[in-house]
Amino acid sequence: MAKYHLDYLEELEAESIHIFREIAAQFERPALLFSGGKDSITMVHLARKAFAPGKIPFPLVHIDTGHNFSEALDFRDALAAEVNASLIVRKVEDTIREKSLTEPKGKFASRNWLQTYTLLDTIEEFKFDACIGGARRDEEKARAKERIFSVRDEFGQWNPKLQRPELWNIYNGRIHKGENVRIFPISNWTELDIWNYIRKEKIALPSIYFSHEREVLEHEGQLIAVSPFIQIDEQDVIATRRVRYRTVGDMTCTAAVESTADTLDRVIEEIIASRISERGETRIDDKVTEAAMEDRKKNGYF
Amino acid sequence: MDLLRFITAGSVDDGKSTLIGRLLFDSKNILVDQMEALERSTRNMEAGQVDLALLTDGLRAEREQGITIDVAYRYFTTPKRKFIIADAPGHVQYTRNMITGASNASLMIVLIDARQGVVEQTRRHSIIASLLRIPHVVVAVNKMDLVDFSQDVFNNIVIDYSKVAVQLGLRNVSYIPISALRGDNIVDPSKVMDWYEGKPLLQYLEEVETKDDINLTDPRFQVQLVIRPQTDTLHDYRGYAGTVISGVYKSGDSVTVLPQGIESVISKLEVGGREVEEVFAPQSVVIHLADDIDISRGDSIVRSDNLPAVSNETDVLLCWMDEKPLQPGNKYLLQHNSRLLRVVVRDVAYKLDVNSLQQQAVDAPVKLNEVVNATLKTASPLVFDSYEKLSVNGSAVLIDETSNSTVAAVLLQQ
Repeated sequence: MAKYHLDYLEELEAESIHIFREIAAQFERPALLFSGGKDSITMVHLARKAFAPGKIPFPLVHIDTGHNFSEALDFRDALAAEVNASLIVRKVEDTIREKSLTEPKGKFASRNWLQTYTLLDTIEEFKFDACIGGARRDEEKARAKERIFSVRDEFGQWNPKLQRPELWNIYNGRIHKGENVRIFPISNWTELDIWNYIRKEKIALPSIYFSHEREVLEHEGQLIAVSPFIQIDEQDVIATRRVRYRTVGDMTCTAAVESTADTLDRVIEEIIASRISERGETRIDDKVTEAAMEDRKKNGYF
Repeated sequence: MDLLRFITAGSVDDGKSTLIGRLLFDSKNILVDQMEALERSTRNMEAGQVDLALLTDGLRAEREQGITIDVAYRYFTTPKRKFIIADAPGHVQYTRNMITGASNASLMIVLIDARQGVVEQTRRHSIIASLLRIPHVVVAVNKMDLVDFSQDVFNNIVIDYSKVAVQLGLRNVSYIPISALRGDNIVDPSKVMDWYEGKPLLQYLEEVETKDDINLTDPRFQVQLVIRPQTDTLHDYRGYAGTVISGVYKSGDSVTVLPQGIESVISKLEVGGREVEEVFAPQSVVIHLADDIDISRGDSIVRSDNLPAVSNETDVLLCWMDEKPLQPGNKYLLQHNSRLLRVVVRDVAYKLDVNSLQQQAVDAPVKLNEVVNATLKTASPLVFDSYEKLSVNGSAVLIDETSNSTVAAVLLQQ
């Protein structure tokens, strides 16, 4: 390749670093929403590069549903310690108790939806003016239409019809008191871009992204990890399989894929070969309604 | 592998959504579950067959109204390139979205319905390509199946559009006859239109030369933030973090900090925490200077033998993007890359007719989607190049300080 030329991963990286620096310069109290998944791990890596040799100038915030994989939680703590970032954890369980919220019931009842309450409380508690999220535009239809700087009202709501024009790489983060901005520095990355970048930069991931043995329940073609958080019925078949995870969310709403891929190269090979997109393969809650994400975004979910 | 960002201009009637759907579909970027969702929504609409256009329709609100309300971004990759499509609606009232989508594009696909030929909307979209100086334009003449794949129809459209291209000063224009619905000349060469000897659209997109789209001759850099860790080990570290807007910087370069006008020398360059000898656009970097100078966010560091304009007053083209009309004499904030300045809009000289590029008298407040020439007076000197010379350092936005909205795209002129 010619001199003075960036390949696509370098160009995406430069754009994301530019965005991280705009966040640090424009906002007083930003926070990086950290889920423990590969996208937020990649964001921490990018943030580190953006501010090197200084430390990341904002805390990592984890909204903990209480239904996480223990491997992801351990990894979270180790990573925060390694990059010397402050870690704020707020539990959905506490919100449920304090606000007398009703937990969803059913076989794979997910607290995903309740995260919004805890998130909005946390934003208020710390007066965050910018929350940095790892959403990508290739994930889902509503996200494809969202700006990189997405202004939310005090209820965290997104108004798709009233977005600010976002031109060139100029980001207008000015807000009124009470408003906050959700910012998505990796908007233009696809799932495969993230994987290729992880490989190129040798970014460490939690072990559950690689093939391992696990007790799973097979439900409508999807493999759900056996855990205290799901309801197991008599007719359910439980088996031990070799699986890995492609995304890491709650144990109640993330499905595993059968796989023997135990290295990054083999994982990437499988992803390229697979004909099913990331959300469809591994998110159980998206199939409920077609406009599920649109509704959740409007209500203040990331 | 590199990255190409392009915008598709055209309306639903021109088959724009079908074209994008076709590009995603034929380049095998549509996956099983998306396909299933597609079949489900097609069934909901009782349309009978899978409608590729539905792949690109986003929100429920839009589907209910059968319109596209905003710019959506689509992604696909072939073994040769990664592509980002800005999918902007092409209706009359959406100039704002077109400009938003086009601002980052290095290529525009102008879709023409073969039955209609060059129409008013074609001109309007092409004017945006011309205003924003998009380096490459592909005229995709669609629905060739509905004109019996006629070479004459295609040739006449090429002749008509060439006149528009000359008039608008468009560079690098290519023409491809396609049928998005059938897939002719999208991924594979059309079997029916064997008279066409050029590349199919996807191959063109994969091979179009883009290395000259980035200016590597005029070094421009603006400070986004100053990195000062102030720890024991990094006590004296002071680096200026920002993006190389254009050009190349080398360690040892003599530079000038603007608007202060202070000279210094680059003592060190870093990328991602690693020291390097040179940096170039569009890298995100850290620059160190040999002298201790008071530098803050928004200041420019440029090579002393290649200076941009520094001025308190400048001519601009404003593309107005807000429901509230422009009030000449009002104060706004101008955001030029990372620099924020207070400005007054003065002397709106003329309005540009976006159908004809004619200059017209301004006799009423400047409204949403109008493009005008005006003068900006800035509170402190602006460090810039004309958009025409160096678009990345000649573009800015206006912000209404009371609503915080982005109200105009600004093309700086000298």
